[in-house]
Amino acid sequence: MLIRHTPDLSYSQVTPKEAYLNRRRFLAASGAALVPGMLFAGTKLNGVGKGPFGTTETQTPYDAVTTYNNFYEFGTDKDQPAKLARGFRTSPWTVAVEGDAAKPRKFDLDEVMKLAPLEERIYRMRCVEGWSMVIPWIGFPLNALLKQVEPTSKAKFVTFESFYDPKQMPQARYGGLPFPYVEGLRLDEAMHPLAILAVGLYGETLPNQNGAPLRLVVPWKYGFKGIKSIVKIRLTSKMPQTTWNLANSREYGFYSNVNPEVDHPRWSQAKERRIGEFFKRNTLKFNGYGDQVAGLYAGMDLKANY
Amino acid sequence: MQAWISRPTTERNAVTITNALTGRAAKAAVFVLCLVPAASLLWRALHAGLGANPIETITRSTGDWTLRLLLATLAVTPLRRITGVPQLIRFRRMLGLFAFFYGCMHLTTYVWLDKFFAWPEMARDVMKRPFITAGFTGLLLMAPLAATSTKGWIRRLGGKRWQLLHRLVYFSAAAGSIHYYWLVKSDVRRPVLYAAILGLLLFYRIGGKVMGRLEEQRRWGDGALSGPDGA
Ligand code: HEM
Repeated sequence: MLIRHTPDLSYSQVTPKEAYLNRRRFLAASGAALVPGMLFAGTKLNGVGKGPFGTTETQTPYDAVTTYNNFYEFGTDKDQPAKLARGFRTSPWTVAVEGDAAKPRKFDLDEVMKLAPLEERIYRMRCVEGWSMVIPWIGFPLNALLKQVEPTSKAKFVTFESFYDPKQMPQARYGGLPFPYVEGLRLDEAMHPLAILAVGLYGETLPNQNGAPLRLVVPWKYGFKGIKSIVKIRLTSKMPQTTWNLANSREYGFYSNVNPEVDHPRWSQAKERRIGEFFKRNTLKFNGYGDQVAGLYAGMDLKANY
Repeated sequence: MQAWISRPTTERNAVTITNALTGRAAKAAVFVLCLVPAASLLWRALHAGLGANPIETITRSTGDWTLRLLLATLAVTPLRRITGVPQLIRFRRMLGLFAFFYGCMHLTTYVWLDKFFAWPEMARDVMKRPFITAGFTGLLLMAPLAATSTKGWIRRLGGKRWQLLHRLVYFSAAAGSIHYYWLVKSDVRRPVLYAAILGLLLFYRIGGKVMGRLEEQRRWGDGALSGPDGA
């Protein structure tokens, strides 16, 4: 059953979902069965091992994870991405990894899926808006991809860019954000084993509204750092621009580490509502991952570097 | 009453509309319509579900309807003029009171469901968070209007003073629009739309005042004995 050491995850390991699928998602999945080598949203992923750092907290129900989304390219209401990203074409897909690297190159999605064994990582996700979820992601450490291109000594930061196509994303122009969406990490943050590239959740490939086919998950930072539908990754020497920082630099900083002691200018970050719970809970510094990542910020003023 | 009689071309329509609008049924219908958003929330809470974040859904729905009904209240007078159906005035108080009703539900949601009676935290919100300050102001301004909405209070205050007091409704709607504008993250379309409607209504009232005066002069000449009913 464990196929972790032969992470060949193209067509052969993708079980068509008709077998267990509920009727609602039947159409998309039958598409996946028809086209070899293509991974459609909501296709079961096999051979996924248990990854480290997982929480045992109650997982947020699949329906909530997939209908309550911030993906402004598909509309600014939480329920819009689930509806408007349905026809989003995620195949063929390539990711260009370039910049200050010895071996920059493009990867197609099949290659990406084979870079490292896929692991399930059950992470807390804290949105800057004051709500949170627990999501069983499937993915692999971002550093596995970065190592492939061999970052040079000049590389200090990593920039990410989302796919953007106004034709497929007609709502995007009304969202008030400049697109394509861009995000960034310091190289040491990007190399940290907690930071993953996710290709699935709840045992299946990513639903489109969750950032299919490939997204970043950085669980100690606010959710908007987890850029979706990535097409470009660039190693740079300069601190990259990030979309929310461009839109409003006073409210959204480059680091955006979860921090209950540093309020958003318009609301408190001390508490959060876990989706599905009534009472708010206290927000944890670094979203509870301080043991792993606090060292990255030793000596830094986290109020100034919000 | 003279206003529509003085428009012979619309007289027949006006009579029909008048009959429909002066009946009890119309008032009951508007009353029921105003309850639909609340009923819908209740029904969804019990049956269909309020989405992944029910408290947010309730906050947003009640906030939206507070502002919409405030704007509807403000639209009554312009609509009477434009349509030549003065009977619409019958609905204004009800719309205003429903705006206040949804405002109270909105506040209750915040105090009870969202903050769960964390008074110090809410006090800090009101003082520190401009968007909450604006919303709070908007609701505070509505309270005296709701309290003095009865015929008795109109008599006690006198028509002129009562009207002056009830101009506050414009400030309340402005505070509500600002509250909305300040709380969105980057998509300002809806708050801007509401603010634009409010601007239009204000423009109509101010413009209407000026036009009304000109009309009065034209119709009755300078030093007229009395203007049209002035409603
Ligand atoms: C004590 C007074 C008030 C408080 C504490 C309050 C608080 C809030 C809160 C916490 C939100 C949700 C913010 C979010 O989801 O990010 C909200 C939304 C809203 N409020 Fe208020 N509010 C108040 C009064 C008002 C008044 C008087 C109006 C209207 C005139 C109003 C209209 C709205 C609207 C339109 C929304 C946004 C709904 C949406 O996103 O669709 N609020 N308010």
